[in-house]
Amino acid sequence: MKASKTRAIASAAAAFALVTSACGSDDAADEPAAEPPAETEAAADEPAAEPAAEPMKIGIVAPSAENDLAWSQSMFDSVNRVGEGRDIEVAISGGLFVVEDAAAALRGYAEDGFDLVIAHGTQFGGPLQEIADDFPEVAFALGTSTDFFGKDNIFAYSVDAGQGGYVNGVMAAQLTASNVIGVVGPVPAGDAKLYIDGFVAGAEAQNPDAEVNVNYIDSFGDVQLASEAAKAHVANGADVLTGTAQMVVGATGVAAEEGIPWFGTQSNQTDLGADIVVSSQVYHWEIVLEQMLDKITAGTLGGEAFVISFENMGLEMEYNDGFGLDASVRASADATVAGISEGTIEVPAGE
Amino acid sequence: MGDFFTVSVLVATLASGIRLATPFLLAGLGETIGQRSGVLNLGVEGVMLLGAFTAYYVTLETDSPTLGILAAIMVGLMMGLVYAFITLVMQAEQGISGIGIYLFGLGFTDLLFQKNVGTPIPISGLGDIHIPLLSDIPKIGEIFFQHSLPVYVAFALVPVVWFMINKTTFGLNIRAVGETPEAADTLGVSVNGTRLITILIANTMACLAGAALALEVGIFQQNLTAGQGFIAIALVYFGAWRSYGVMLGALLFGIVQATVLQWKTLGIVEGATASLTAMAPALLTIVVLVIVSRRVAAPSALTRPFDRSG
Repeated sequence: MKASKTRAIASAAAAFALVTSACGSDDAADEPAAEPPAETEAAADEPAAEPAAEPMKIGIVAPSAENDLAWSQSMFDSVNRVGEGRDIEVAISGGLFVVEDAAAALRGYAEDGFDLVIAHGTQFGGPLQEIADDFPEVAFALGTSTDFFGKDNIFAYSVDAGQGGYVNGVMAAQLTASNVIGVVGPVPAGDAKLYIDGFVAGAEAQNPDAEVNVNYIDSFGDVQLASEAAKAHVANGADVLTGTAQMVVGATGVAAEEGIPWFGTQSNQTDLGADIVVSSQVYHWEIVLEQMLDKITAGTLGGEAFVISFENMGLEMEYNDGFGLDASVRASADATVAGISEGTIEVPAGE
Repeated sequence: MGDFFTVSVLVATLASGIRLATPFLLAGLGETIGQRSGVLNLGVEGVMLLGAFTAYYVTLETDSPTLGILAAIMVGLMMGLVYAFITLVMQAEQGISGIGIYLFGLGFTDLLFQKNVGTPIPISGLGDIHIPLLSDIPKIGEIFFQHSLPVYVAFALVPVVWFMINKTTFGLNIRAVGETPEAADTLGVSVNGTRLITILIANTMACLAGAALALEVGIFQQNLTAGQGFIAIALVYFGAWRSYGVMLGALLFGIVQATVLQWKTLGIVEGATASLTAMAPALLTIVVLVIVSRRVAAPSALTRPFDRSG
């Protein structure tokens, strides 16, 4: 009797732990469904009012917190911008760095009848293919990816992150005095690799004497490793740093400590170092989200790939006024953005 | 490869290795004490996260890293009481309850962070302490004597833990309840009382490890520890439940990590080779674990609850 009571209590404690952990990692921002309007008697000579269209429901599954000032925040901010002009309901499941957990969340949104389910992470592509087959009437989106796996209910979206990387590289090459620039990356894939390849190309184009050292730490989430990678760059003489992905907060801390200029991407990272952040390439996913929502409304649930870039205003360079960037450097950056947009500057694809 | 074998790079690598080893070492020493008394805590990762968030949040609100550390220690004691209740009073399966503690720490810290902070805000860390005279020794000073306080505390605790376990009556009690709790009980040693104290120490050191990490990187983020707690548990086995063994394991892991980072920075390894090299710390740990497990046995009463009534 005592043993079974013990097990029951222990099981309850474990269940409590699981529920609490679920509360922490699933920060759903559901808006309550609108209550149906109270019924009123309509005058006989007044035409019946058309029922209000239901808001489109968007579910987002992301590998990190939606306010990480990087990858996940870029999508969260973009969806909010979409919400300023459309009637939408948004639910977000952030912090799902375990793919199996993310898959469960994706399936959950599909089961709950969401109109668009966004898998915001390349690593979710595998399970998404299976889930999409199970819910042919639900539209899914996967990013970053150019492959929608031949499914007519998956949209793929990606970013030409190399463009902003190139612009940042052009500026970095002008700010370095030691001619050594450090880059902290996660895994050499997706928009991270595009950004870094573009950054290296821009720096080398601006200053062929600049040495750009790239360190992929093979993790999207190891903040301490990112911090040590940045310190390794500094130890090797780097006096300008950049990086990408959610673990980059470790590297920005080193940049702030050493007073080293930092170039950001994905979201505006000025809050991570008001004195050292020079500029950030900001993703405007709403450019492609609007297109997806229009297509869903028209009955097309997928089968198309989208890319955000300077050309379609899906990318924007945001500068930190607090850094005090030299006007000539800023002018070169603006000219580079214009050149890329007009096609006179081609950002080379990385290896 | 020649660039790596310059004095400045080697110095930076070793110093980085010592910093990387510190959270493993603190958490590993605490877990060693716990396991020597027969208590396994797979929730070290969760406790580290609680310590990391506490230190971060208190520092953010008070601008005092010292208060942050003290608060983390208090949270460690609280978590020790919680785990002691679960394992000693309720006698729950230690492996499963430890996983519950991990999930609790992971989710609760994320919840607290999202509700109270939201966007990552940098904090001021502890800063490095240059040990007078010693830090001025060329190269040696840079490697060993220009670190933050938690680094010094972690390595200073190695001989302290060794002495406590091997040379004190309390240490004898720890070893006794970890090997043959029934015999210890007949000799008047309070088995659960001893385990309560070791659990408190272990959880406090795990929280201290998390605090050290948060104050070193100067920020908090979901899953900040990124699995370091589980590696610390592995290092306890690696070190054969000896404090010096755990220290060697932590240093090996940290220095290999730092070396791989430097190789990548210098372009010595890149692409797929870099990814393979990144596995080196874990592979090395597994190899040594296999060797150690053949030669040294775990405490006999590890994970076995003690019930006087039999």
